[in-house]
Amino acid sequence: MLRLPTFTYHRPKTATEAVAIACQHGKAAMYVAGGTDLYPNMKRRHQTPTQVISLQDVPGLHSIDWLPDGRCAIGAMVKLSALEHDAKVKAAHPAFAHAVREISTPLLRNMGTIGGNLLLDTRCTYYDQTHEWRESIDFCMKKDGAICWVAPGSPRCWAVQSSDTVPLVCAMEAEVELVGLDGVRTIKAGDLYRDDGIQYLTKKPEELLTRLILPAPKGWKASYLKLRRRDTYDFPVLGVGACVWTDAAGTVTKANIRLGGAGSYAIPATASEKLLVGNKLTDELVAAAGSEAMKPARTMDNTDLDVYWRRKVAPVYVARALMACR
Amino acid sequence: MSESKKALATFHVNGEPHEVAFAPHKTLLEVLREEMNLTGTKHGCELGECGTCTVQVDGVPILSCLSLAVDAVGKDVRTVEGLAQGSELTPLQHCMADLGAAQCGYCTPGVLMAADALLKHNAKPSRDDIKEALAGNLCRCTGYLKIFEAVELAAARMRGEKAEPSKESIYGS
Ligand SMILES: Cc1cc2nc3c(=O)[nH]c(=O)nc-3n(C[C@H](O)[C@H](O)[C@H](O)COP(=O)(O)OP(=O)(O)OC[C@H]3O[C@@H](n4cnc5c(N)ncnc54)[C@H](O)[C@@H]3O)c2cc1C
Ligand code: SF4
Ligand code: FES
Ligand code: FES
Repeated sequence: MLRLPTFTYHRPKTATEAVAIACQHGKAAMYVAGGTDLYPNMKRRHQTPTQVISLQDVPGLHSIDWLPDGRCAIGAMVKLSALEHDAKVKAAHPAFAHAVREISTPLLRNMGTIGGNLLLDTRCTYYDQTHEWRESIDFCMKKDGAICWVAPGSPRCWAVQSSDTVPLVCAMEAEVELVGLDGVRTIKAGDLYRDDGIQYLTKKPEELLTRLILPAPKGWKASYLKLRRRDTYDFPVLGVGACVWTDAAGTVTKANIRLGGAGSYAIPATASEKLLVGNKLTDELVAAAGSEAMKPARTMDNTDLDVYWRRKVAPVYVARALMACR
Repeated sequence: MSESKKALATFHVNGEPHEVAFAPHKTLLEVLREEMNLTGTKHGCELGECGTCTVQVDGVPILSCLSLAVDAVGKDVRTVEGLAQGSELTPLQHCMADLGAAQCGYCTPGVLMAADALLKHNAKPSRDDIKEALAGNLCRCTGYLKIFEAVELAAARMRGEKAEPSKESIYGS
């Protein structure tokens, strides 16, 4: 049996209490929401907190609230299955509901939360293995070792951003609310991440993610398209999140395209975005914008499916995602 | 709950109280199998990748290999052992057996718990609804078709219809 290492289990009753426990124990502490990322990682000894802080009893994290200005504030502990079936979310944010539905399996979505999905650990073929497997080839720098097995000369880790919602919420310019020692702060979702396989988050370890805030559904259209081997279970090996703002005449005023599963963060396809602004989303323009997405897709040989093919299909997936924004 | 210290708690499994001592890092799967001897729930990957450990907690199918036992205290836990009433199998169990939807049987407890949860809130599931509900349960033997047919047949019988398996599903086409 793959068993969890031992730990002390906390179930704080408020966010302040949760943050205080996390601060008290520093690196030894980790939060847990649904546990569908943390517990497999603990079983494989990637993450070995001796203090596990469950957020299930923290009030205010379990609801979906519609703000007066039309924004939708989703509590971090809202289950993925609740989100995918929420009629109002589906109607106002179909691309987001679709991205959530693309995550893992229905059983895992009954357990996993949106907060945990936004903070999902980065993944790599050489990392997502048991302790014994990793030990047998010697550990890599993401955990316990010094080398990167994907790029042995590299000073950094290239583990892959693998959450399905992250590319989309970054493209949509959603916001996340964080609670730390100094109180509450709200940042753009895109600013939560950095281009590093190990330190992939900008937030402080003790900071609690409390809400994801989706913008009011007005003036833009978004889409999410996922590439994977099986239509269930599998993490994205390419996940395109696109969001396009248009004026009354259908001319693009702003466009965000983010490539998930293609690097350690959701990479902006800047050249593609630039092509779109000031123009109408014609078939030709969409194809041209797609072609520009090959370069930023910095795929490495550390996920499922062939590395060159994954880069080659990025233009096709970006073009299809843009078509869905028309 | 502090590290590796066992604490006593009462679980409600299949409608019966069970008093068990366990440490906080124990999964629901471990406690069911190793402390309560309820070995109907199987362990496969133990990483969320196969679904054979599926149980229902408050009616919702979840993976017991990734749930802490301590979080199930005070909740209504249902395992495959709780489906049959005495020696009387449920229609779903009957149909699974009759249609050859269980071969080696290793996935079957998980499939049963996921499909049972579906049938509780959807009396007339489409083939797509069934596929979706079972998309987290791997089966390496049946090729899934017989499982889908068994769920459809069980649903029809539970609706009171006099449904029989098609000739093809028993003798092949
Ligand atoms: C077989 C399998 C397949 C999967 N497939 C996919 C997939 O296709 N796409 C996908 O996106 N994901 C996939 N996942 C990953 C996972 O199930 C989801 O990402 C899920 O949403 C994670 O949420 P959780 O609540 O279970 O996270 P947890 O495991 O509880 O937490 C994840 C991380 O976030 C931290 N954390 C959680 N909540 C908070 C908070 N509110 N504040 C601060 N820190 C927090 C935890 O400390 C941990 O580091 C898969 C997992 C498995 C096991
Ligand atoms: S990219 Fe390199 S360092 Fe990072 S997890 Fe993979 S092998 Fe390890
Ligand atoms: S044993 Fe739980 S999903 Fe495989
Ligand atoms: S019957 Fe053997 S795995 Fe399903």
